[in-house]
Amino acid sequence: MARKTPGINTGSMADISFLLLTFFLLTSSISTEQGIHRRLPPPKKDTEKTIVDINKRNVLNVMVNFNDAVWVNGQEILLTQLKDKAVEFLENPTNSNTLPEKEIIQIDNMGEYPVSKGVISLTNDQSTTYNMYVQVQNELEKAVNELRDKVSLNYFGKKFDNLDTASRKAIQKAVPMNISEAPPIDYSKTE
Amino acid sequence: MGRFKTGEKKDVPEINTGSMSDIIFMFLFFFMVITNMREATLKVRFEPPLASEVQKLEKKSLVANIYIGAPLGKNENTLPPGKVSVQLNDQTIKAEDLVEDVKDFIGTERESRSEADKAKLTFSLKVDKNVQMRYVNTIKQELRNNNALKINYATGKKSDMKLK
Repeated sequence: MARKTPGINTGSMADISFLLLTFFLLTSSISTEQGIHRRLPPPKKDTEKTIVDINKRNVLNVMVNFNDAVWVNGQEILLTQLKDKAVEFLENPTNSNTLPEKEIIQIDNMGEYPVSKGVISLTNDQSTTYNMYVQVQNELEKAVNELRDKVSLNYFGKKFDNLDTASRKAIQKAVPMNISEAPPIDYSKTE
Repeated sequence: MGRFKTGEKKDVPEINTGSMSDIIFMFLFFFMVITNMREATLKVRFEPPLASEVQKLEKKSLVANIYIGAPLGKNENTLPPGKVSVQLNDQTIKAEDLVEDVKDFIGTERESRSEADKAKLTFSLKVDKNVQMRYVNTIKQELRNNNALKINYATGKKSDMKLK
């Protein structure tokens, strides 16, 4: 004789799943990991001292002092001006001889392109706040991204973010990100 | 002739709650998928600076975190002059062990990844925005000495304000 099984009471199921839900809500964070990527220079050997002879016109000296003020080539500027300075420096649209030289390089997919030899030299003080340092890095990144977008619109008709990997590599070669970090200075010690 | 039904009570039918649990479970799975668990309890204060040009880290398993910030508890180890702690894994490190500890940390993080992933390992510097650069520079120097060159400055996302 087949007996009818009584229905299982599922009323508390909702409570249990609510409990689980609140647990996961509390223990997890929605924010995804993001940030500014950088590559550190490889460790220096003590014996070899590399003195790279860089022409003065090829260097943009960016300094952030202990007061979080930004100096570019000995001139104090606002943080908001930094991007345009960097863009002007890296692009050198008029081929002026006070701004960096360019070198014609053969790049896959793009042909010959005059690549700027400009290097941004970034110096910070030991007392600079991390926030300011990130803001400066952000402005420099913005400058490079702007140039990359411009070049890729010219050559591929798309923004840099929408390119495929091969063209992206080409653009990265055409507009390199050359940031060199000088050893920090310590204002509080030189006082 | 119409009649008002006054005396009769009509039973309100009970709401079927059987599907409620299914809906909640759906929520649960949704949150489980889009979130990630905090793997270490924070012992330092970490409020990231905001930046607009951020890139996402591709894979969470290829990231090792280094926290730098003001200590939250009283008994945490600090770096001189005593206002900033560096946290690796689950503990803050002592100033005199800094070089060794960072080296060990990098070593164990590398060991726990497969051969192919070792080159892709990124060290994410999670630094509080009020920290002075001297501490960050120290850690960066140690990373460099140990050939851990791929780093990331963890930031929040700031929407890019266009003034033009």
